[in-house]
Amino acid sequence: MSTILLIEQVLNGLQSGVMLFLMAAGLTLIFGVMGLINLAHGSLYMIGAFAAAAVAGATGSFVLALIAALAAAAAAGALVELLVIRRLYDRDHLDQVLATFALILIFSEGTRFVFGSFPLFLDVPAALSGPITLPGGIQYPLYRLVIIAVGLAVAAGLFLLIARTRIGIQIRAGEADREMIAALGIDIGRLYTLVFALGAALAGLAGALVGAIQSVQVGMGEPVLILAFVVIVIGGIGSIKGALIGALLVGLTDTLGGVLLPVLFSSFMDASVATSVGSSLASMSIYILMAGVLLFKPTGLFGEA
Amino acid sequence: MKLKSLIAAASIAALSASGAGADGHGGKVKVGMITTLSGGGAGLGIDVRDGFMLAAKGNEMLELVIEDDQRKPDIAVQLADKMIQSEKVDVLTGIIWSNLAMAVVPAATAQGKFYLSPNAGPSALAGKGCSPFYFNVSWQNDAFNEAAGGWANDNGIEKVFLMAPNYPAGQDMIAGFKRFYKGAVTEEVYTKLGQTDYAAEIAQMRASDADTIYFFLPGGMGISFMKQYAGSGVEKNVMGPAFSFDQGILGAIGDAALGVKNTAHWSKDLDVPGNADFVAAFQAEYDRLPSLYAAQGYDTALLLISAMGKADVKDAEAFRAALKEADFQSVRGDFAFGENQHPIHDIYMREVVKEGDVVTNKIIGVAAEDHTDVYGADCKM
Repeated sequence: MSTILLIEQVLNGLQSGVMLFLMAAGLTLIFGVMGLINLAHGSLYMIGAFAAAAVAGATGSFVLALIAALAAAAAAGALVELLVIRRLYDRDHLDQVLATFALILIFSEGTRFVFGSFPLFLDVPAALSGPITLPGGIQYPLYRLVIIAVGLAVAAGLFLLIARTRIGIQIRAGEADREMIAALGIDIGRLYTLVFALGAALAGLAGALVGAIQSVQVGMGEPVLILAFVVIVIGGIGSIKGALIGALLVGLTDTLGGVLLPVLFSSFMDASVATSVGSSLASMSIYILMAGVLLFKPTGLFGEA
Repeated sequence: MKLKSLIAAASIAALSASGAGADGHGGKVKVGMITTLSGGGAGLGIDVRDGFMLAAKGNEMLELVIEDDQRKPDIAVQLADKMIQSEKVDVLTGIIWSNLAMAVVPAATAQGKFYLSPNAGPSALAGKGCSPFYFNVSWQNDAFNEAAGGWANDNGIEKVFLMAPNYPAGQDMIAGFKRFYKGAVTEEVYTKLGQTDYAAEIAQMRASDADTIYFFLPGGMGISFMKQYAGSGVEKNVMGPAFSFDQGILGAIGDAALGVKNTAHWSKDLDVPGNADFVAAFQAEYDRLPSLYAAQGYDTALLLISAMGKADVKDAEAFRAALKEADFQSVRGDFAFGENQHPIHDIYMREVVKEGDVVTNKIIGVAAEDHTDVYGADCKM
């Protein structure tokens, strides 16, 4: 295994990590502030990707497509919060899981009804397509570097929003004590809708950015949703910082595990056996990581008991 | 009751008029179609259904019941039970996925129902698990891969990087390729089923000294891989079975798929009698280009209709013989059944090209003539 290949794989891990962060940030905010388990978060990711594909197809502009993805996902999030989620805050977690699972089915079949059963086309904009050469002679797709940059920028923006603004203070206060901030005269209903729409917009952005290099199809959100849950469990539920660290850990473990484990096993076993044992173990690696973290920190890396 | 007998009388009249039922053969046949019409894999089921319905259109002797299996084996089994016990169908068809076929087909054929496979041909049903009631109208899973392996030998491909998802069909496809391919395999990579990001594998391809990438990644996995591969700047030949390059998904891959070679038993530009008419009729009816799945659905209906003209479905022995004759004009050209009732047909090499604005496939040669599977030897009927 050459150094160049290793560096390239680390970049790949980072890229998948920051995209996971966009998903996990919304999920963890919603859970932290409202105590709600939202299984339909993956559907918002799908809505972002479909909105982007539809607008890119109609106008040819990737920037407009991204704006449409943000707007559509935020609007869908706000609408769902007002119509459905609002009634679930005081209910049991099992009720929330059931209701948001129903939303997954409704969104999936609704999307299929509107856009048809065949995957949509969404491509990387021409200006960002193709590889560039990094120092050291590493060829790396430009678009993936841009994704890393956008993800890190959004992470920084989110930290500023939470640490420095009035909304951020309200969000943190909401996490600490919901009844108290309502008693202090803050419109908690409006705050909840806002947080939900923000989380949805982040998921939509991730869907649109990733949709350009993956398949835009019904059901694309669910595999990511599972990873996002792993991320917030590792990072500590409710913690944005935990979501970032957790997402990067999961992204790197998943990518590097898939590459390094088969190589590692082939040093002491037969090549074909090593490939299958290595790839099977690689699929488990993030769950092993999660189990390991929970063993030592049962509330996650940055979670509070 | 009155209405029923009226319809029966009308259809008998229609039959005698067409001459098909003149010697008393060819009663009504009730067909149960279990296929995937919702969720991520719905495009395939919809194409099979539409192709079948196009061929069966206006045929009053053929009654069709269609149900959605949601790509779930347990639901497919329930539907099959319902169709056999309460709908009393004579023939079952429609299943897209090998794992669903394995859940439904052995039980259905054991109850004496005919099953015509419009897609998926797991090796178990071609070999030891073959049945007189099971006819595969599509392909055995290994077929496209074996043909591709043979084509690679003849076309100067020497070092191949193999990739497939880590599940039985993925391993079968790769094994099929290696069965015929004589060159070197530099890497053999198994990915997670449903994986969406292939950056890590593409980096391995860049570092590899293979001249060709051969992969099987059905559905969305193939779309993701091709888009990412095109953006990576790696420039090796790409080859695979047709499943990742079919009409239904080429639109979603776009220009990134241009130049890819893929093997299939059918292509819309295949010059055999009836194919051009099929493509035109499909486009007129559904306003999109037919896929390979649509062609398989169409062939399945043609086969069934050909047998209905020769024998009564209630006479299982005669109907089976009629099916086995395969006396219909397949849109893939020559078609016959082997001893295990799996197809003997030509497999073509296609290349992805752009015709105007549409990305589609064009035939560039024959990859295997009169190809049949290797499992027939284990089939004792």
